[in-house]
Amino acid sequence: MGKNILKRIDLIFKEEPDSKNVLKKTLSKSNDELINELIASGLKGRGGAGFPTGLKWKLTAESKSTEKYVICNADEGEPGTFKDREILTQVPYKVLTGMAVCGRIIGARKGFIYLRGEYKYLLKELNAEIKKFHAICDELGLKFRVEVFMGFGAYICGEESALFESMEGKRGEPRNKPPYPSDFGYLGKPTVINNVETLAHTFTIFQHGADKFRELGVKDSHGSKLFSISGDTPTPGIYELELGMTVEDFVNDFGDGDTKAVQVGGASGFCVPRKKFRETRIGYQGKLTGISLPTGGSMMLFNSSRSMYNLLSNYLEFFTEESCGQCTPCRVGTQQLIEGIRAVKRGEKPASYLDKLLALTETMKATAKCGLGQSVANSFQSIVENFREEMIY
Amino acid sequence: MTSKVNITINGTPLAVDKGTTILDAAKLLGIKIPVLCYHKDLCIAGNCRVCVVEVVGVSKLFAACATPVWEGMEVLTNSLLVRNSRKHIIELLLSEHNADCTKCYRNGNCELQDLSAEYKITNQHFIDLAHTREYTIDDFSPAIHKDDSRCIRCQRCVRTCDELQSVGALAVINKGDKMKISTFFDKSLNEVVCTSCGQCVIHCPTGALIEHNYIEEVWDAIADPEKYVVVQTAPAVRVGLGEALNLSAGERVTGKMVAALRRLGFNSVLDTDFSADLTILEEGTELLHRLKANLVDKDNKEPLPMTTSCSPGWVKFFEHIYPEMLSHMSTCKSPQQMFGALAKTYYAKKIDVDPAKMVCVSIMPCTAKKFEADRPEMRDSGYKDVDYVLTTRELAIMIKQAGIEFADLPNEGFDTIMGKSTGAGVIFGATGGVMEAALRTVYEIVTGREVPFKDLNITPVRGLEGVKEANVKIEKALPEYKFLEGVEVKCAVAHGLANARTLMDSVKQGKADYHFIEIMACPGGCLGGGGQPIPTTPEIRQKRVEAIYEEDMSMSLRKSHENPEVIGLYKEFLGQPYGHMSHKLLHTDYVERQRY
Repeated sequence: MGKNILKRIDLIFKEEPDSKNVLKKTLSKSNDELINELIASGLKGRGGAGFPTGLKWKLTAESKSTEKYVICNADEGEPGTFKDREILTQVPYKVLTGMAVCGRIIGARKGFIYLRGEYKYLLKELNAEIKKFHAICDELGLKFRVEVFMGFGAYICGEESALFESMEGKRGEPRNKPPYPSDFGYLGKPTVINNVETLAHTFTIFQHGADKFRELGVKDSHGSKLFSISGDTPTPGIYELELGMTVEDFVNDFGDGDTKAVQVGGASGFCVPRKKFRETRIGYQGKLTGISLPTGGSMMLFNSSRSMYNLLSNYLEFFTEESCGQCTPCRVGTQQLIEGIRAVKRGEKPASYLDKLLALTETMKATAKCGLGQSVANSFQSIVENFREEMIY
Repeated sequence: MTSKVNITINGTPLAVDKGTTILDAAKLLGIKIPVLCYHKDLCIAGNCRVCVVEVVGVSKLFAACATPVWEGMEVLTNSLLVRNSRKHIIELLLSEHNADCTKCYRNGNCELQDLSAEYKITNQHFIDLAHTREYTIDDFSPAIHKDDSRCIRCQRCVRTCDELQSVGALAVINKGDKMKISTFFDKSLNEVVCTSCGQCVIHCPTGALIEHNYIEEVWDAIADPEKYVVVQTAPAVRVGLGEALNLSAGERVTGKMVAALRRLGFNSVLDTDFSADLTILEEGTELLHRLKANLVDKDNKEPLPMTTSCSPGWVKFFEHIYPEMLSHMSTCKSPQQMFGALAKTYYAKKIDVDPAKMVCVSIMPCTAKKFEADRPEMRDSGYKDVDYVLTTRELAIMIKQAGIEFADLPNEGFDTIMGKSTGAGVIFGATGGVMEAALRTVYEIVTGREVPFKDLNITPVRGLEGVKEANVKIEKALPEYKFLEGVEVKCAVAHGLANARTLMDSVKQGKADYHFIEIMACPGGCLGGGGQPIPTTPEIRQKRVEAIYEEDMSMSLRKSHENPEVIGLYKEFLGQPYGHMSHKLLHTDYVERQRY
């Protein structure tokens, strides 16, 4: 186990033997009350993007349509993330409850769990849980049904609009935004799409109230969060920790004593070098001092035996393959980045070519159609800027 | 009531309708935002990202084609960030593109080349990816070639094939760096459901999709003293050719085109409009034959509705999608193939030329005509009836190669025997034209009177609406056609294969009781054909439509059955319409095809 510098939280995986009662109690409150509770909690999307959950539900509730959907995004494809499958294994009823409450609030009778292709082994038990849950809904007079939709293993289908396309039987390609899912989601209908963990947190909030949730974390980054910790650590695994911690505390707790860098947020996240451990916090963008990095929960530790060049080229290979390929900056940009760092490494391009590539990532960030292409810049810039010598020699 | 949205573009305020895209709003101010994946015929993709613009206060850029304006939006179309980003995107496209422009068929008419010139992309900053990969070049089809090394993956062809044509022969496969446009199991276009319509070709911004060109073969034939080269020109070519030779859209260039063909060295310059008139007599008679069989004899071996068969893209689509309904299709060959079969029989005899030494070339607004000419059925003269099919674009190339100043040419007339036509033959070039021409003739055959529309203009079947309907009630029929007395002949017209599918599905499901259906594979009919000059847009098609009907009005004869050369042909050679000789030379049958 870790050194326990950071407080371990036990909310998400805490068993709730009477989840029916939680649902019943929650449903006894008005939709406005519930949305206000959610907004007051400060819960932000735990998939990594950090959009305020209460606002998302509110916008979708206000959207006019007789047909709406709630979708639980369980595509969990970000390299280094493995927490959602644990939630679905241990406390699926929390997620289902969150979906059902959301359904009542926004006016949706149908929910889907978009399950990552590689998690097919969860399907049988999940369906059994759903069956049990349907019985509870019926008992409480709530017209709500949940269905699992199997993904097929494309990283891009975790992007919400590509996920809708995939569910509609089309090629998993992100859509232009606007319109956003709150107006035009699955089948063109208003849709709330939340990460597995986000929905599990709504259960906690409805159960214990917004204040209990806000006790944890820091300003602009309230609550706890699951972290998937891997890499050069003696204690890999899934941990629930408070948001707002510094990377330094994190490394002291989970590092192997020789941590050189931490990749926060997976391949699409940021690489934090040792010299920035102290000034960097884990949370959402806000008025915190220093840098604050959002994350879907992937924390990868690297010690001094690791080549940052290999790390970056590994990420870039991943993106080059997983880009859907439709938009120019992402499809060609990712190829240019990987070929570019290889050329510099082989001495075929001067070191200054890295600056051209850095400028290219700025263009990708500004012009790519979806979050995948936009976020390639995160790891590229943070690795190249902090470990430039490793890229060249 | 539409609500207005107030925005500024580059500081200039304007109010536009809610839902207007940034691209369209900018156009209102005369500001051009470059595009590649955008085409007015197609749904918005927003994937090339060339049209990105800055919105003040937002760090991400927006695709102008895909983003509707919002209240208070301040758009910058030419800021430093926009310029740098756009330049990067063009450079990225070029790095992945086989930019050996001098060896490209589309050199000089390429949207990527234009953009590159506009942004003065003079050196290659990024690594050349195009020449380090293996690309597929599919040149097996007699109609369309696909060169993946020139593809910029804008998916205009995919959207065309899917949305306009509902064919789906082209689709995106793979992802990331391996993403490309391909076909069912990566087969050649020759082996899949592709109809050869060529709409993908006129919607492709680069040289990735082009026609299989036969320019050199035709030059060789012209240069061969042993050969007698006959050329025929389709109705829609004369309202499109000018565009490819620096004249404006919709300019009628019939006389100049004939003059140019003579100067290129063709031995006889003849007209497909002649065989269009002939088609009307054959198809009109077939329709009457079917009406009698179905209404009187209750024999539905040749069922109603009868569909037209002039458009080879449509014919192939029908064979793929409705193989169980083939008996609905008129057995008439298309005007091109009727012409070819007669050129090497009737015409060869008339001018005393050995048909073995005759080369029959046709100029078509169409790429599917290349496929059609290659069909094994099309050899009823004892030879390949039509040897080479050139598109309007290929003819323009030959005219340029020959150094002919097209604009300065005099107007000349077609040669005789198979060169005379009527306005009815001309309007074959527009959607609804075959229907209109057929009705002008059939109504008169049945009643002895002209079709009851002012100036013979059957306006309900005209225009660019996707599916059109017209009913013509037969009154005071001649004794021979008493069985049609009081019958309301129900007609429908569709253009673009997606509309064709809608119409034919309703027939298939028994929801429609039409007698006669005209279908053209391409939007607008042949004037919007896959062999027409690039670009072809809704506005340009409209101008060509107007030109076609002007040409019709300018003709002294406007009914196919009044064409003296057609009358002569029956008298001297064919005998009766739909008779023995006609069946031998002018009619054909169809094959069942698979749906992939």
